[in-house]
Amino acid sequence: MNRRRRTPAGLVEAEPGPAHHIEFDGRAVRALSGQSIAAALWADGVLAWRTTRIGGRPRGVFCGIGACFDCLATVNGRANQRTCLLPAEPGAVVTTQEGHGRADLAV
Amino acid sequence: MLKTQRPPLDVVVVGAGVVGAACAYYAARAGLAVAVVDRGPVAGGTTGAGEGNLLVSDKEPGPELDLALLSTRLWRELAEDLGPAVEYEPKGGVVVAATTAGQQALRAFATGQTAAGVAAEEVPGERLRELEPHLAPGLAGGFHYPQDAQVQPALAAAHLLREARRMGAELITGESVTAVDRGPDGAVRGVRTGRRRLAAPAVVNAAGTWGGELAALAGVQLPVMPRRGFVLVTEPLPRIVRHKVYAADYVADVASGSAGLQTSAVVEGTPGGPVLIGASRERVGFDRTLSQEVLRRLAGQAAELFPVLADVAVMRVYRGFRPYLPDHLPAVGADPRVPGLYHACGHEGAGIGLAPATGLLISEQLTGKQPELDLAPFRADRFPAA
Repeated sequence: MNRRRRTPAGLVEAEPGPAHHIEFDGRAVRALSGQSIAAALWADGVLAWRTTRIGGRPRGVFCGIGACFDCLATVNGRANQRTCLLPAEPGAVVTTQEGHGRADLAV
Repeated sequence: MLKTQRPPLDVVVVGAGVVGAACAYYAARAGLAVAVVDRGPVAGGTTGAGEGNLLVSDKEPGPELDLALLSTRLWRELAEDLGPAVEYEPKGGVVVAATTAGQQALRAFATGQTAAGVAAEEVPGERLRELEPHLAPGLAGGFHYPQDAQVQPALAAAHLLREARRMGAELITGESVTAVDRGPDGAVRGVRTGRRRLAAPAVVNAAGTWGGELAALAGVQLPVMPRRGFVLVTEPLPRIVRHKVYAADYVADVASGSAGLQTSAVVEGTPGGPVLIGASRERVGFDRTLSQEVLRRLAGQAAELFPVLADVAVMRVYRGFRPYLPDHLPAVGADPRVPGLYHACGHEGAGIGLAPATGLLISEQLTGKQPELDLAPFRADRFPAA
């Protein structure tokens, strides 16, 4: 039996183009063309890129399909971006979001 | 097979929205044996689609304001009784006018309200941002109404029912009332659902926007019509809006009898983080279609009032159908046409706010007491026959 390594790319026999990099909390993370930010972070072993508003607990991908708003992060300075929907554009700057990420607006 | 309820019920409340929940709560507190029945879940209709407004600021002197003032006091007591879970916030309201003429109109409105017992304080334009730092600059002025408050409406209904059940009330969800039984003398004898008979000498119609249908089952006419509204829900934010803030046009929109679309910005924060943006009104039946035109107008008007919102994402939208009666007053109290039939519906967009007063007054009637407000303006037979 063909015991191919069971990764999504392996299962579909993908031949992705050359990788590029995005920035996550100040370090480079490898990303493939067409990959979402969440997928790139997962592939790099990063599972959490936001803390909850009240308990400060870690959060990352939950649904992965743009429904649940769990995978929010600050992307290029903009808070509350759904990383499972945003393509990992070369040079995108992703930072871990603390809570709602809009503390500057509080009155 | 139809089952008869034991021990005997004193009253069946039809509707598990906030008004039905308040009716059950006050009736159970008065010692009555109560059953609440709803075809859906708790808060499954208009209650679950509201913002939780407890407003006196938008009401002119008259019977509805009297109900609102009574409810304002009752909500304060309920907040103690029900606990923090209902997210009661006595945050106050701020109504703003863009023009000097608008501010004059607000002043005239507030003068009448003050005479009726409403607390209202004029705020000159240059001081508005002390109350609401993110408000747009250049507004002519506004009024601060410290009695305005907010609750989370679905939680309020659920906790009122929790307390009612603790006092012995029975809650039946997922069963439609298919008939209102009446005796040879015409008096109410209870209701039937597809699964049981609930015998009781009194039935409270708290079916909200569907109150006309329940009235018809009891053989009377009550012209409740749906008035659709949308609410935008933003991404979670820190507290950027302190009060319930709305534009002066809102009062005129509420009072309008037009079926056409009206929108005016009503903006408030929530303990959960998202800012809620209303309010639209249109009579289009029970059409649930998303209206881009409404969303565009609400978002635009909110950003005009609070420019900071222009850069905030809207995560989702919900809509609901306010129970509209042609004179904008609810139907509250005994129906003179059918002994034993009581109405507690037709509160339009004010049902969350007016629920406690409605429930208390109904329970006073049910127990043979003199209600503390005159219920004549709310009589269900005040409308000409169709």
